[in-house]
Amino acid sequence: MIALLMRDLRLALRAGGGFGLGLAFFLILTVMVPLSVGPQPALLSSIAPGVLWLGALLACLLSLDRLLALDWEDGSLDLLATAPLPLESVVSIKALAHWITTGLPLVMAAPVLGVLLNLPVPGFKWVVISLLLGTPALSVIGTFGAALTVGLKRGGLLMSLLVMPLYLPTLIFGAEVARRGAIGMDVQTPLLMLAGISAASIALLPFASAAVLRINLR
Amino acid sequence: MSLVITDLCIARGGIPVLDGLSFTLEPGQALILRGPNGIGKTTLLRTIAGLQPPVSGQVGGSEDMIAYAGHSDGIKPTLTVNENLTFWAEVFGTKGISNALKSFDLERLRDRPAGELSAGQKRRLGLSRLLVTGRSIWVLDEPTVSLDVKSVAMFATAVRAHLGQGGSALIATHIDLGLDCAVLEVGPFKAKLPAIEDFDGGFL
Repeated sequence: MIALLMRDLRLALRAGGGFGLGLAFFLILTVMVPLSVGPQPALLSSIAPGVLWLGALLACLLSLDRLLALDWEDGSLDLLATAPLPLESVVSIKALAHWITTGLPLVMAAPVLGVLLNLPVPGFKWVVISLLLGTPALSVIGTFGAALTVGLKRGGLLMSLLVMPLYLPTLIFGAEVARRGAIGMDVQTPLLMLAGISAASIALLPFASAAVLRINLR
Repeated sequence: MSLVITDLCIARGGIPVLDGLSFTLEPGQALILRGPNGIGKTTLLRTIAGLQPPVSGQVGGSEDMIAYAGHSDGIKPTLTVNENLTFWAEVFGTKGISNALKSFDLERLRDRPAGELSAGQKRRLGLSRLLVTGRSIWVLDEPTVSLDVKSVAMFATAVRAHLGQGGSALIATHIDLGLDCAVLEVGPFKAKLPAIEDFDGGFL
């Protein structure tokens, strides 16, 4: 399992691996928002948590179509399915590698980009905490979407359409934590909901992804 | 452990392709599968490897014993030959890739990115993966595609060595490998059954 994780991380960092693409997209998107809404610091402050969350979500989505498709195309997925590793752990490791190469950099970049959006000071902490809790769910749900569309040519767009509705609960509660935190309200309820969504996704979805993948490999 | 196939019926896309297939592959034996394109050799091998379920019949003795090699080699172009092989050795929990590199004459290429290899060299790398799996039943789908005469001989030598160690091999191929083994012509087993009526794609 560690071998698979190390291989995926190495592949992401090598030429053409796509590491940093999601991060760059996140950066450009959040730079463009203040340019598009104009010089209104008060408005920016109030939409900053939501924009950061949406940006992170879209950046995550952008890198999903390569998650399993590359392994499917070159036959690695067939070989991994016949290897001693259960497919459940293969998809879990893939999701973990995706989170390390995409989710974690987004979490770390969010406070820096918060400055651009005039995020209120108490909000920085909660943006980071909510993204840290929420991005693993985005990776795991995204892996499920990637497993559903793995055999399809040009499955990327279809996958986005399938995955985005599944991202809604995470987005709603994650952005709510950040928004409440930014204006100094109590964050406990949405925080618990967000943590619950993440925990449930991580616990259950790898089984669904593996089942779907077995069907797609036939 | 021997591979026992009993009265196997397999389907591709809801259409039965081979039916009533039975054979046994003992340790130390190789079996060559022959048959025209589209008869279902790949489907048969994928079923035996456990990648898809049979329509009826049984595949016995294959649990955790099979090393499958299909049309694609599963090679990552940005990793070196060494890294590609080491990865598979670690996945299968075996140690040492030097024997595999030596058997397929890849030692000089070990630090090259696999994407820069020629088609034949890639195939040799794909086949050398079999040696690091440590599995005893090799299930190979047209292993000699894009190999030159010398590499085919190299492959035949590796198969012989594998058989000598008590392993077995099931090979679908169109060429003569020079192996002293049985040949199974799958043509006569062509299924005469109609398409499966309520076949709902993957969700059987």
